[in-house]
Amino acid sequence: MIDTAFDYTGEISWCPGCGDYKILESLKMALSELRLDPRKVVVASGIGQAAKMPHYLKCNCVNGLHGRALPLATGIKASNRHLTVIAVGGDGDMYGEGGNHFMHAIRRNPDITNIVCNNMIYGLTKGQGSPTTPVGMKTPTQPFGVTSKPLNPLLLALSCGATFVARASAADTERTKDVIVKAIRHKGYALVDIFQPCVSFNRTNTWQWLSKSTEWLDEERDASDKLEAMRLSMETEPYPLGIIYMSEPEKTFEENQAPYQANDNTPLYARAPALENIRKLLS
Amino acid sequence: MPIYSEAAGPFCLIFDIPQGGKDMDMIHAPEPDVTITFCAAAGLGLQTAEDLARQMLTKAGYCVFTAREYMSRVRGGNNSTQIRVSLKPVRAYVGRIDWLFALSPDLRSNITEKITEKTKILGDASAMRDEISSLGREMIDLDLAKRAADLGSTKFSSMIVAGFIAGIFMLGEDTADELIEKRFADAVLSDKNKRAFRIGYQLGMEHVKGQPVLMLPDKGTGDEIFLDGNSAAALGAASAGCNYITAYPMSPGTGVFSYFAKNAKLFDCAAEQVEDEISAINMAVGAAYAGARAMVTTSGGGFALMCEGLSLAGITETPVVVHLAQRPGPATGLATRTEQADLELALYAGHGEFPRALYAPLNVESAFALAGRAFHTAHKYQVQSIILTDQYLLDSGYPVAKPDPSSVPAPIPPVRTKNGYKRYAFPAEGEYISPFGVPGFGEGFVSFDSHEHTEEAHITEDRWIRKSMVEKRLKKLEAMSREALPPRLHGPEKYDTAVICWGSVFEPLKEAMEILDCKYAALIACEQVYPLSEKFRRLISLPCRKIFVEGNATGQFSRVVRSLTGIGADETILKYNGFQFTVEELVEELGKLLAARELGRGGC
Repeated sequence: MIDTAFDYTGEISWCPGCGDYKILESLKMALSELRLDPRKVVVASGIGQAAKMPHYLKCNCVNGLHGRALPLATGIKASNRHLTVIAVGGDGDMYGEGGNHFMHAIRRNPDITNIVCNNMIYGLTKGQGSPTTPVGMKTPTQPFGVTSKPLNPLLLALSCGATFVARASAADTERTKDVIVKAIRHKGYALVDIFQPCVSFNRTNTWQWLSKSTEWLDEERDASDKLEAMRLSMETEPYPLGIIYMSEPEKTFEENQAPYQANDNTPLYARAPALENIRKLLS
Repeated sequence: MPIYSEAAGPFCLIFDIPQGGKDMDMIHAPEPDVTITFCAAAGLGLQTAEDLARQMLTKAGYCVFTAREYMSRVRGGNNSTQIRVSLKPVRAYVGRIDWLFALSPDLRSNITEKITEKTKILGDASAMRDEISSLGREMIDLDLAKRAADLGSTKFSSMIVAGFIAGIFMLGEDTADELIEKRFADAVLSDKNKRAFRIGYQLGMEHVKGQPVLMLPDKGTGDEIFLDGNSAAALGAASAGCNYITAYPMSPGTGVFSYFAKNAKLFDCAAEQVEDEISAINMAVGAAYAGARAMVTTSGGGFALMCEGLSLAGITETPVVVHLAQRPGPATGLATRTEQADLELALYAGHGEFPRALYAPLNVESAFALAGRAFHTAHKYQVQSIILTDQYLLDSGYPVAKPDPSSVPAPIPPVRTKNGYKRYAFPAEGEYISPFGVPGFGEGFVSFDSHEHTEEAHITEDRWIRKSMVEKRLKKLEAMSREALPPRLHGPEKYDTAVICWGSVFEPLKEAMEILDCKYAALIACEQVYPLSEKFRRLISLPCRKIFVEGNATGQFSRVVRSLTGIGADETILKYNGFQFTVEELVEELGKLLAARELGRGGC
């Protein structure tokens, strides 16, 4: 592991061998490679094991409510466009409790990066099925096997109009870092779903499964074909990894908001009330 | 100029306290006062007639008050607007109807029960005669449909009605020309509307036989502007520098959002309709953490969904303003009606214990001032302010002295952070807050945590820190209580009965008490309902009879006051059928209670 300006030196409460360590490493490497000032970076999360990640980075740490990282991050970015805003969390947090926000954040297109640590299980609450758990997996709350079909976040993101959709793997920190760098550089909402094992509760999707069941796409490929991206996002065994889809950036949520429409990027905290305009309205 | 006056104004003497059940006409203020009510199905474009009537009467110098009530449907049904016209300021809803424009069949009972032999009923006999006859009344046929059709479209009906109103007040047949030209850019259409207006004007003037229904006032005061509760609350918030507002559409909370959305550029404000109320509050909290001055607007059901987010704002000490527009519940309740039944919800909303401030605007001016005040308190103490309005307040309006945006306290800027900045640093002795930094401004990191946290905003389970953080947050209530707005007092300096209200009941109650000429009863109206001001605590502790008047079924404010002071209502007057109290109802109900007391008084 290399040293970065984002290194945190305190205690980390993840299980030994957890995939989150690798994702944290990829994220720190990406932020470092982009030479971002940690004071201008906000990492926002909800609740869960992955959602502890902001605490393990030296930057502005935002740890909100379960499922609500995306609205929180959207508000932060719209409040100050000079900040680099990353929303991070697990599959239960982002796709379950926050599922509605996931769809609508994509439609809204704030300029944020959404990292989802997808271990296909609930970790913090100890091993229950998540929205991405495969059918049939037995868990303490689905003792006879999960019966609901797993959600396909990539396909959902594409259908909601995402302009950057990627899947990476905790088993390859370097290539995952590259994907995160591109996601942060991409203007607008960018999804990076990252497969990771849960060493405590998921006996199916293990480190071995990860290496056996995934395959990186050619980095040089043209990722701008949406139908092809949809096809790729439905492929399984092996699950394709890399940038599934990347199109020309579109107008962001912030750009559509009145305060920024005249190319004035002054953060909202530095703006005075529009008293003169209000007086005019009253005249 | 102080915004909040504590002065107790004298009452004018009109009548003695009536016994209950007396003819309402006996206890009407003798001042000239005409009430016009429009009734029509939704979607008929009646708004034009209402707007025009209000504008031209105001221009002529009359005092005007309007209130709306409507059904929860987009088309059809039968909605009404009351326009009260007077020579002196009027600010309250009355039960009496002098002129009823019955423009769609199936008048609802809330209207028909107010029709008396003195009510003039106008409309199209072809459509309404049978219905009006069945009420035992006669109607004045305006033959609107035919007259409008002759001009080319039934849409001209409302312009004929507007002209008729101008006619009965004899404002001059060209009185609305300018307003019509403003409304209809197309010259041909504008001309046709003027013709329709003149047809109505002639009819109206002939009807009153050249005797206007109210004498013409001295020329208008000039520097006034017509505002309803919606626009006043929005303008107050904008004056406080609100620059981030989110909402999910829900009556009656949407009006404030629409006003912001329409004026987003003028207000320099981000305005976003979001997927649900959970997103609305979390987005506002995120924006506020990064320094925006954020507000959400909603109604009871939406606010219920915001409770967890409010709790997040509580533990993270993030300033957020919530506009909670009350309507009757539980659940969907009466979607477009009015009530004051979310006080306890607002007071206890959100799990865990954290301070908050609750404001309850009394009227339009108060809505402007309190929206500004809510921002000030939220940012000064890094807490959540909740503004409790209701459908009645938001949808009623009258001309007010132009509010001064500079009268609202200026925003409190964030501090430039230094290296080692701690977002939740324990305040120095005698202080209540940690300096408010925002990410990206200064050398420090600014963090935020929904868990119990250290001064640096990292998760902790340390028992000492937990205890200290709880105390740090709750201690703010000391200062917030000291700064709480005192109640408004109206009535005699010496009284043995305190009539206590909060929010929009104020104006109807004030007028009722003026009519009753209460010699021993004073009105105490709270526009801040939590924390209670020192002054209110002092007043409530005085040994006198307490009557709480509230728009709910259980006397919530009385209960809250009792829980905070040990003293609550001796008697209550409560209304919870979805409508505001009319002045007449309060005269009757309060009159009964006061008269019962009079009998046993034996001098005081």
